[in-house]
Amino acid sequence: MARRTNEEPAPSISGLLAAKEIVVACGPGGVGKTTTAAAAALQAAVHHGSKVLVLTVDPAKRLANALGLDGIGNQEHRVPASAFKAAGIKPRGELWAAMLDTKESWDALIRQHAPDEATRDEILANQLYQNITGRFVQSHDYIAMERLYEIHSTGEYDLIVVDTPPTRNALDFLDAPERLADFFSSRLLRWLTVPARSRLVNLATRPFYQIADRILGTEFLSDIAEFFLLFQTMYDGFVERSQSVSRLLSDQRTTFMVVSTLEAAPLREAEFFAEELTARKLDLGAIVLNKVLPDYLRDRQGTQVAQSLKEGADGLAELLAPHLAATKASLGDREQVARVLAEVADSYLNYQVVAVREMEQRSALAVRPDILATVPFFDTDIFDLAGLLRLGDQIWD
Amino acid sequence: MIPLLDRKLLFVTGKGGVGKTTVAAATALLAAQQGKKVLVCEIDGKGDVSGYYEAAPTKFDAREVQPGVSAMTMDTEAALNEYLRIYLKVPFVGRIGPVAKALDFLATAAPGVKEILIIGKVLYEVREKHYDLVIVDAPASGHIIGLLAAPQAVNNLAKVGLIRSQTDWMLELLSDPVTTALMTVCTPEEMPVNETIELAERVRNETTVELAAVVVNRVLPELFGRQEEEVFEALCSSDLRAEFDEMAGGDTGPVLEAARLAVTMRRTRSTHLERLRANIDAEVPLLYLPYLFTRFHGLRTTRQVVASLGEELGF
Ligand SMILES: Nc1ncnc2c1ncn2[C@@H]1O[C@H](COP(=O)(O)OP(=O)(O)OP(=O)(O)O)[C@@H](O)[C@H]1O
Ligand SMILES: Nc1ncnc2c1ncn2[C@@H]1O[C@H](COP(=O)(O)OP(=O)(O)OP(=O)(O)O)[C@@H](O)[C@H]1O
Ligand SMILES: [Mg+2]
Ligand SMILES: [Mg+2]
Repeated sequence: MARRTNEEPAPSISGLLAAKEIVVACGPGGVGKTTTAAAAALQAAVHHGSKVLVLTVDPAKRLANALGLDGIGNQEHRVPASAFKAAGIKPRGELWAAMLDTKESWDALIRQHAPDEATRDEILANQLYQNITGRFVQSHDYIAMERLYEIHSTGEYDLIVVDTPPTRNALDFLDAPERLADFFSSRLLRWLTVPARSRLVNLATRPFYQIADRILGTEFLSDIAEFFLLFQTMYDGFVERSQSVSRLLSDQRTTFMVVSTLEAAPLREAEFFAEELTARKLDLGAIVLNKVLPDYLRDRQGTQVAQSLKEGADGLAELLAPHLAATKASLGDREQVARVLAEVADSYLNYQVVAVREMEQRSALAVRPDILATVPFFDTDIFDLAGLLRLGDQIWD
Repeated sequence: MIPLLDRKLLFVTGKGGVGKTTVAAATALLAAQQGKKVLVCEIDGKGDVSGYYEAAPTKFDAREVQPGVSAMTMDTEAALNEYLRIYLKVPFVGRIGPVAKALDFLATAAPGVKEILIIGKVLYEVREKHYDLVIVDAPASGHIIGLLAAPQAVNNLAKVGLIRSQTDWMLELLSDPVTTALMTVCTPEEMPVNETIELAERVRNETTVELAAVVVNRVLPELFGRQEEEVFEALCSSDLRAEFDEMAGGDTGPVLEAARLAVTMRRTRSTHLERLRANIDAEVPLLYLPYLFTRFHGLRTTRQVVASLGEELGF
């Protein structure tokens, strides 16, 4: 029996990534989901010796940037040895990356589920289909989860780390499979797709049809109907598939890593998200608090020093100027020294306001996951493997 | 270029969390201070707008939240009901219910219909001249193109019918730079800057809307000039540190460390700003807003942003 003993290590991201097959990084916009997902995947590849895939679903080509690679398409690519070499790392495992191309993934799905070639071609060429998949982002949420399922079922990877799109509502992608299934089994859809002639006879008298017709025009309406008629040939496949996708998300091999900063608005959103995960019986594996200001900003003595620097800048400058002049003559200008002292002090006190607020936000956090990891605010960008590794090291154990 | 606040409709977009709502709220307040009657419309319904005005939660029906500023929250179902009432003269709400429900369903499925409802409501307010200026706290960059391009997409799909004639007037307003423009917000960081550059290009290629300004939010203060930085480095150097600590009455380590962090952050960010300027059309102004070191973000911070924005626009 697996029992938790004293020797067993405290829960950590490392442990989580070793135990799970799918990690979904989610959270509010702009907090560092993409970066954190890539960093976590990299850590697992480097330390666990696993074959790891990071799947980013952002419409912009950001993962490519984050990994210092260009043009990762819909296909999975292995992050080249040269990138590791440049970062001075010798990975034990393999890191793969893929970026979600919504349109390409939808096309692949149609190819797979279409009953015959004629239907397939008709759907792919349908104007409505092209609009839905190409332009409207709602289709993104579903396809992200669908693609995850697809890749997972190949069994190619020990671990898949999934980045999620910045949705209007962070829950959209969780609901997406179910929404799609609901949609395809709805009455209205069946109604829309009853053979055109009988529909006109039956329904032309109904107010809905009249109004829909007046608003959308018969042609648009029948375009819509035709599209769904085509789609209905794939009905069973789709519903079954989206149910499998839902199941995979609640499988115990899957966990969610909620990423947030300690700013009020994102944290509120992240907290809501974490609660919602629990309510849906999904596994909240960890919360990662990103871009947290360093502890020394809350140092009490630091405050005193900053205040005395600020108030006594002129006097201090008087004392310091000769010493500075001794290093280099031009540094001995008293006014200049006083300005520097005041700036340094002000800056400390400014950042302190934010750091203190962050700490309060953190203590007020209502959800308590097993793992609460903190990533400091890095003063430089994270754009290569070395940077990702630096970030990943912070959350690893 | 036409002065920003002289347009009739401004969409505010940008990457998640960069400050879209803050900028939308502040721009509205600034315009009101210039004597305009303004409507702010929040699309994502998170309710942040009311927070930045410290007003009661906003609803679909606009309400004044500050002198001259009204605010509303988009709600596609309510927009549809309003639409049906206005255009189809559907007499009583009883009949709208099920019809609206079915149409709402259709809106989810048919491409662009939901977007048309959103943008249609906004454009309706503009067309009816209920306000001098309508400011839309729009969805993040990934969604904005779909929204702005929806009338064109639906126009291509629907050859006849009311929706077709509806999209005609919408397109006219959208592509008129005197009426409509887009503001995009970013922060001086790598990804937000990348996204802004990509967005500017997509807006040019895929929509008829003009990009009127890029707002750079959360710009960190510049601590030192070149000479001053040398002084700072000398203070940090080991031979002076001990004496400095003594004079300052304690360990100056954290304070100096913090200043170094501030300097590096500022420097990293300025390279992104240079890249941004180089990649955005020269006639599109960049408006800089400082990082606000405050404990709480409410009306007071909104007013601070208003002041900075006013300065940038030369008021
Ligand atoms: N700990 C950190 N310190 C400093 N910068 C960071 C840190 N984490 C992320 N960043 C930077 O913050 C920006 C946003 O990160 P990222 O793109 O990962 O966010 P995201 O949550 O995926 O955004 P979106 O919701 O738009 O997809 C990037 O420029 C990234 O380099
Ligand atoms: N200039 C600034 N200085 C410091 N903090 C700021 C500044 N502008 C905005 N913020 C803070 O950043 C956070 C995000 O701002 P805001 O809500 O305006 O962004 P948003 O782009 O609308 O976000 P979302 O994508 O979630 O709608 C808020 O907590 C806000 O108070
Ligand atoms: Mg991302
Ligand atoms: Mg917002």
